[in-house]
Amino acid sequence: MEKLIALLVAAPLLGAAVLLCGGRLLDRVGHWLGTLLAAASFAVAVVLFTDMLGKDAEDRSLHQHLFRWIPVEGFQADVAFQLDQLSMTFVLLITSVGTLIHLYSVGYMEHDERRRRFFGYLNLFLAAMLLLVLADNYLLLYVGWEGVGLASYLLIGFWQHKPSAATAAKKAFLVNRVGDMGLSIAIMLMFTTFGTFAFGPVLGAAEETGEGKLTAIGLMLLLAACGKSAQVPLQSWLGDAMEGPTPVSALIHAATMVTAGVYLIVRSGEIFNAAPDAQLAVTVVGAVTLLFGAIVGCAKDDIKKALAGSTMSQIGYMILAAGLGPIGYVFAIMHLVTHGFFKAGLFLGAGSVMHGMNDEVDMRKYGGLRKYMPVTFVTFGLGYLAIIGFPGLSGFFSKDKIIEAAFAKGGAEGWILGSVALLGAAITAYYMTRVMLLTFFGEERWRHRATASPEEPGAEPAAETRGGPGGHAEPHPHESPASMTIPMVLLAVGSVFAGGFFSIGDRFVHWLEPVTHHDHGDSPLSAATVTGATVVVLVVGVTLAWFQYGRRPVPVVAPRGSLLTRAARRDLLQDDFNHVVLVRGGEHLTRSLVYVDHTLVDGVVNGTAASVGGLSGRLRKLQNGYARSYAVSMFGGVAVLIAATLLMRAV
Amino acid sequence: MSFPLLTATAVVPAVGAIATAAVPAARRTAAKWLALLFSLATLALAVAVLVRFDPDGDRYQLTESHSWIADFGVRYELGVDGIAVSLIALTALLLPFIILAGWHDADPLETTSSRWRPTQGFFALILAVEAMVILSFEATDVFLFYIFFEAMLIPMYFLIGGFGDRAHAGSDENATAQRSYAAVKFLLYNLAGGLIMLAAVIGLYVVAGNFSLQEIAQARADGSLDMATNTERLLFLGFFFAFAVKAPLWPLHTWLPNAMGEATAPIAVLITAVVDKVGTFAMLRFCLQLFPEASKWATPAIVVLALISIIYGALLAVGQRDIKRLVAYASISHFGFIVLGIFAMTSQGQSGATLYMVNHGLSTAALMLVAGFLISRRGSRLIADYGGVQKVAPVLAGTFLVGGLATLSLPGLAPFVSEFLVLVGAFARYPVAGVVATLGIVLAALYTLVLYQRTMTGPVKPELAKMPDLRVRELAVVAPLIALLIGLGVYPKPVADLVNPAVEHTMSDVQKKDPEPEVEAAK
Repeated sequence: MEKLIALLVAAPLLGAAVLLCGGRLLDRVGHWLGTLLAAASFAVAVVLFTDMLGKDAEDRSLHQHLFRWIPVEGFQADVAFQLDQLSMTFVLLITSVGTLIHLYSVGYMEHDERRRRFFGYLNLFLAAMLLLVLADNYLLLYVGWEGVGLASYLLIGFWQHKPSAATAAKKAFLVNRVGDMGLSIAIMLMFTTFGTFAFGPVLGAAEETGEGKLTAIGLMLLLAACGKSAQVPLQSWLGDAMEGPTPVSALIHAATMVTAGVYLIVRSGEIFNAAPDAQLAVTVVGAVTLLFGAIVGCAKDDIKKALAGSTMSQIGYMILAAGLGPIGYVFAIMHLVTHGFFKAGLFLGAGSVMHGMNDEVDMRKYGGLRKYMPVTFVTFGLGYLAIIGFPGLSGFFSKDKIIEAAFAKGGAEGWILGSVALLGAAITAYYMTRVMLLTFFGEERWRHRATASPEEPGAEPAAETRGGPGGHAEPHPHESPASMTIPMVLLAVGSVFAGGFFSIGDRFVHWLEPVTHHDHGDSPLSAATVTGATVVVLVVGVTLAWFQYGRRPVPVVAPRGSLLTRAARRDLLQDDFNHVVLVRGGEHLTRSLVYVDHTLVDGVVNGTAASVGGLSGRLRKLQNGYARSYAVSMFGGVAVLIAATLLMRAV
Repeated sequence: MSFPLLTATAVVPAVGAIATAAVPAARRTAAKWLALLFSLATLALAVAVLVRFDPDGDRYQLTESHSWIADFGVRYELGVDGIAVSLIALTALLLPFIILAGWHDADPLETTSSRWRPTQGFFALILAVEAMVILSFEATDVFLFYIFFEAMLIPMYFLIGGFGDRAHAGSDENATAQRSYAAVKFLLYNLAGGLIMLAAVIGLYVVAGNFSLQEIAQARADGSLDMATNTERLLFLGFFFAFAVKAPLWPLHTWLPNAMGEATAPIAVLITAVVDKVGTFAMLRFCLQLFPEASKWATPAIVVLALISIIYGALLAVGQRDIKRLVAYASISHFGFIVLGIFAMTSQGQSGATLYMVNHGLSTAALMLVAGFLISRRGSRLIADYGGVQKVAPVLAGTFLVGGLATLSLPGLAPFVSEFLVLVGAFARYPVAGVVATLGIVLAALYTLVLYQRTMTGPVKPELAKMPDLRVRELAVVAPLIALLIGLGVYPKPVADLVNPAVEHTMSDVQKKDPEPEVEAAK
């Protein structure tokens, strides 16, 4: 049975290779080939899953060793897979949502002339993501980790002729690279500490290791998770990543890739369990991000960016739960799965709305769409109810458990984290109700007004090849084709029932327990109290939003807003900070270094050579422009020599 | 006596150089094919070396030894270890691609006959460089090595100065002036390094009484040749200086951007992917073996210089406006990694450094040659003159991106393996150095992706609207390189197996052991 594991990765990888290297001949069938291979991977996953269910909980873990990858003295890196309950959960989520989104894209990208390449990239993403969750060591995980980063880069920048898309793609890759530094350093630390970076030996030996080392490893892993999962302070790329086609936002930037950070932390549970300081840092990052994302989500008028803020915030919940240790691991993953369903569904719904609205993204130019897009309305509505935690739906079960777990952490810490989680739930209810009301209810604000044309930045440029003359005219909202609505319906089913299904008899807890272990903690509040509080804050959030956006007409042009609103529209000024400090500062640094290299370093070395070797005549002829700086150069040369000698002495 | 395979591997390109130069002026195409044929024959011989070499056998194999200048104990001594074999294979592999990529670089300009450039000479010089590079990888006599190490400057000088890029932003005369400046600068820097090395070579003879690498290393190892601490250090510095110029290491690097900027793209590849490798190779072979104590003494300073190279080269690459100069500064950053790996003195670091030499050759060749194809279409090296290329030439853009991703060491491509080994190896010995070097991976992403964004994405520049995509000849150059980058990224074992035993020898030369992990992990 373990021989099948490699097939999971191989099927989409083959698809990527064929679609990207194959010529135009494949243009007509490429998208179906890609979808088929994604479905094949899902089928293999189902087979492996049924097989796994037939075994005892304790020996469900499968291993497959393919080959020795980097054989160097003392350094062993293998291409080997490990499929346990945690990986299996991810594999099912990735392949099922992935296949649905492939199907959706067949319709969504129908008129794009580069559709074959799009499916090639999607397949590449699936292969890398599966590699990430199936690897049995951190270095191979790193390959998948950067592989999904590459796929994300290619897909965010899919419409490369749009400068904003190209910039967003580059930004995503760069910010992620900062996180990757963390993962690199963590692996190096593991190597020097344990002599290996395979999961089994490292996690097995974690308890016997000094806490300092483990804290360092844990913090580096957290840095990596912040990059990939868009957590503060490395969250700035996710909003811009919405430049990519909407199916990409659904699959990569909502359901799967951005949750890789949660996987990394839960997978490394033994390290974090023995490093309380690192755990504390994880919970702080999660708590800060869940508020940060929620606040940003309240202020955005772009439907995708509002959802991106929400994604950030929901992943904040997962990271928070993962930071709680064995109390929270299971619930982090459970929320991850339910979130995968409802957030993918919400994004696909947003894409369907844009599809029917000439690719307009500004919610202030929507309104009253429920009549025109009934299927989209219902599926989006169910996703909405799920994410705000409406009792009985998926999000209710998973989020409620996280809030309970946060209180169960105990002490002042527990109270603070629990309150933040509750506050976040209220804001979630508020901003999602806002999205819902702006889009599907109220006046039809798109009447008698041309939407963004493809020439204007801001429109998703699929319109360029799709809309034709319609791009400038008043939109005619209409329901999307079946290839798009079917995935939405299926995801809505998941959004409604998954949470309840997982909670019957705590089956999700029992399923993951052998891998992540589970601890009930010691909550100062009863479960019923927490649930009650969750429902109360939900009602408060919804009511507030209704007073603001449901009762009153919505202005088409956004009002100036309070200081907080304006800051939140600009991602709480974090981008401005980055721009001033990193971009501008970096530009000045590189420019001055170019100058220094050209004049000083060159001059000093030439000057030294001239003074030592008597080559001055030749050199002066070459660069008479710098002849006067020779005195300076020689002085500098002497200084460097002295410094070098001192350095040698010192060491 | 068995067939002198190593000599043959160097003689074939040398003969090829002479034969190509002798082709009559009018038959340029014949000269090109002849050069290509000889480079392929050399490749075949290099493959034979690869096959005959037994990684787990003696340290030096396929040895040849003849008396040459008996009075001074200079011998014609050749021999290869796993490191040399892999670099010879790299050289022989890249040469046909360099020739093929430069197929039209030395064609006469149609306009004036006075600007006619001798095609034959161009290809003959390339083959001459190949012969000398291969011999410097093979020589185990210090003096013999020195001769070829220096002699290759001459053909390189003419290749840089005589066959510059046609595509240049400035006027023609200005271009010629800049080109000869670059060529002279290249020559002076390397000559200066060579002169200092010559002094050290003579000094070594005075101390040791002969030039044989194996004999001296043996005598040093068993204690029969004792050097005073200061003597050893001085000799080490003399050798190292020459290699650091060639490698090039900060602050001796400034000749490289000029040379790579002015030379045509294939010659730029020849410089950075092939010729410069002799510098880092020689650090491993000569500095560590002949002067183990001095090497350890100088290590902290060299590690600092390597780190400066990594960060400084990458930052300068970010600030470049010229595509080829950008790649040159990226190479400086990469050479910093190689030197860091060598002087980390760990198995992972040195194996990584050797793999890095091979992989950097492949990745830079891929990136630079595609850049050359791009430049030849537009006639400009300036990044600002491009934009939106992926829309008109998607294959060119795609291969350029793969080359760039290899340059930023994306996992799955060959350079990742070597870069990570270097980082781990450095980290194990000097954690701070490992962390600082890791910053380089962020900067590498920055300069590569900025370059890609500015040239390939965005709206199509009107001048580029009719740009043709890659031609068959160009694709034949790029596709195998990309296949190798992927192949060695997924399965680097063959090269690693070749290199590992040689690295173990070097490690025992300097009497260094790898740091032990702190916790014995439960297996």
